[in-house]
Amino acid sequence: MNWKRKDLLGLEELSREEIVAILDTAASFKEVSTREIKKVPALRGKTVVNLFYEPSTRTRVSFEVAAKRLSADVINVAIETSSVRKGETLIDTGRNIEALKADVIVMRHSSSGAAAILAKKVNANVVNAGDGWHEHPTQALLDMFTLKEKTGEIKGLKVCIIGDIAHSRVARSNIWGLTKLGAEVIVCAPRMLIPPEIEKMGVKVSSNADKAIRGVDAVNVLRMQFERDEKTAFPQRLEYYKNFGITKERLHKAGGNIIVMHPGPINRGVEISSEVADGPNSVILEQVTNGIAVRMAVLFLVAGGEKNRT
Amino acid sequence: MRFLIKNSRIIDPSRNFDEPGDILIEDGKVKDIGKNINLEADKIIEASGKIAMPGLVDMHVHLREPGREDKETVESGTRAAAKGGVTSVLAMPNTEPAIDCADSIERIKRISEERAKINVFIAAAITKGRAGRELTDIKKFKNLGVVAVTDDGSSVDDASLMLQAFSAAGKERILVICHCEDRKLSAAGQVNKGLTSTRMGLRGICRESEYSRVKRDIELSAKAGSRVHIAHVSCRESIEIIAKAKKKGINVTAETAPHYFSFNENEVTGFDTNKKMNPPLRSQDDVLSLKQALAEGVIDVVASDHAPHTENEKDVEFDKAAFGVTGLETELSACIELVEEGRLDWLKLSRLIAYNPASILGINKGSLRPGSDADIILVDADKKWQVARGNFVSKSKNSCFIGSTLKGVVEYTILDGRIIYEAGLQGKK
Repeated sequence: MNWKRKDLLGLEELSREEIVAILDTAASFKEVSTREIKKVPALRGKTVVNLFYEPSTRTRVSFEVAAKRLSADVINVAIETSSVRKGETLIDTGRNIEALKADVIVMRHSSSGAAAILAKKVNANVVNAGDGWHEHPTQALLDMFTLKEKTGEIKGLKVCIIGDIAHSRVARSNIWGLTKLGAEVIVCAPRMLIPPEIEKMGVKVSSNADKAIRGVDAVNVLRMQFERDEKTAFPQRLEYYKNFGITKERLHKAGGNIIVMHPGPINRGVEISSEVADGPNSVILEQVTNGIAVRMAVLFLVAGGEKNRT
Repeated sequence: MRFLIKNSRIIDPSRNFDEPGDILIEDGKVKDIGKNINLEADKIIEASGKIAMPGLVDMHVHLREPGREDKETVESGTRAAAKGGVTSVLAMPNTEPAIDCADSIERIKRISEERAKINVFIAAAITKGRAGRELTDIKKFKNLGVVAVTDDGSSVDDASLMLQAFSAAGKERILVICHCEDRKLSAAGQVNKGLTSTRMGLRGICRESEYSRVKRDIELSAKAGSRVHIAHVSCRESIEIIAKAKKKGINVTAETAPHYFSFNENEVTGFDTNKKMNPPLRSQDDVLSLKQALAEGVIDVVASDHAPHTENEKDVEFDKAAFGVTGLETELSACIELVEEGRLDWLKLSRLIAYNPASILGINKGSLRPGSDADIILVDADKKWQVARGNFVSKSKNSCFIGSTLKGVVEYTILDGRIIYEAGLQGKK
């Protein structure tokens, strides 16, 4: 298919075909990273700016590596909340970056919808690297890429997303992507961390981890950030680990042969045991490797010029 | 000065009059309505094919002056009103400083006398500085010409203070208008709570935050023997509570704004900050309930809740963007849509936008009865127009109708028998 979108803002707006196109493109890019010279000239002469309003090492580095393997020039801009207070608006910052002749702006922001708002105001391609609690499309794409690699096909898989669903952009993007590709999705969290009416997004909801992961093909374990939201009551750390932590025993009870994913960075002994994180079920580091191929695909498709967008 | 409007379809909600005919205006008043009035006149408008009705009485308008003249002024807001067919507004007191004492009331009256293009009626605050802590001097307000009190933008959280306010207002026979929102429930919410807030990854504003306060304020007003008017109703439960209270004979009236029946919550999911308001756009079920409540008269009034904001306050991250949309220039067209849908006839429409708000406020407007002030609009009901940023007179452009095609254009706005707006002349004057 021909890629037509200027931006990648989220998976909610993508069709099944578009998601498949990204995953297929990623598959063809994966090999590049295994070469002696890990580079193709696909985006030579293009400039990619990583505009990060929230601290992130993993995602930012992954985008940087991806852009460099496509031969793009990469500039990293980290904006501290304090300098935002000095008065420059998101849109002004975006336009300034565009004035530097940036072709692609990869943005991480703490406000839901920030990427969509910027995308309307700049001609540069905007790739959402995480906006508030809204979406983190490349993370979900790399999760799906990894699942597909492990199982052959997403369709018909049963996947449990477990953790702070309410405040998770990773959860939302995974829900849209997986359900579009025909997987069955169960979200599992303490009641207070389940957002209202999420079942209308086409998922099952559970607050019983043992039941939720029984017979699933994969579990996607979300990072728990107990300090995150002062307005929500959070469970106790130990209580959470006891009831929702992914441990060897829990996996065993659920049927054993379950792929364990995590978007990182992991909290050992909080949402996942070290044994599982480092164990045979874990694909956590493969996710990181695949993240590069997926982000290469996304950058290539949005910025690849007229041949990709007719 | 004698002024004759010939051959229009005349809608007068004050006496259920809907017939073709002529309107004779003399010295700023409606002198006569009838067929074939053939007198010499200083001005004659041939208005066949047009609808003549009382100018809109919009009882929920933020003119922003004093304090936020960058958003709107009495001059710009009332000019926008004239274009929208609005001949009377109730100016909300949440200015900076708030309209909460004799000095600030006198000041806004003076500004209005000097610069307003239409009639400006004044609402004063219930509590000093709208802070919800200390009552204003409500008993003095009536003599100063204030027609209603409200802390609009906020609800008075303290129920015992609110009860005192109703008692004071009841004694003075002054209307209390309630912005119904329990901030503890709506805390930091941005959009309708439910699938919409979940999809968008934003905090939700729950329906309970509105209707629990509607219920409380109706009960308190009944206890105090005061009238109460519920502002910007957005959800079905509020409608049900109001309907029940009316059935019991409680003296309650209510309004909604065009955006609540023109759009549902799906409109906001693209993070368009011009669709962000408080209360938020609700579900399709609520939209249908509102339309029905307007048709059945459970909701008495459509008012714009015209809330101008600068681009700086809207062109930002969604959760940082100001709540509110403009509405003076689009409300008539949005209401005409309900006539198009067959939900209202023109008489009912005119009652909702002119006659009812005038009677609720106790002002002598919203009628074409001979002897009334000649505040009249002539409308081409079939003419379509495209809503674009560039065609707003208001200082602010934060309309949720931008991009929509609407039906119904105000051709003339007449105030006290003078033409104050004429379509097509904009920019030439």
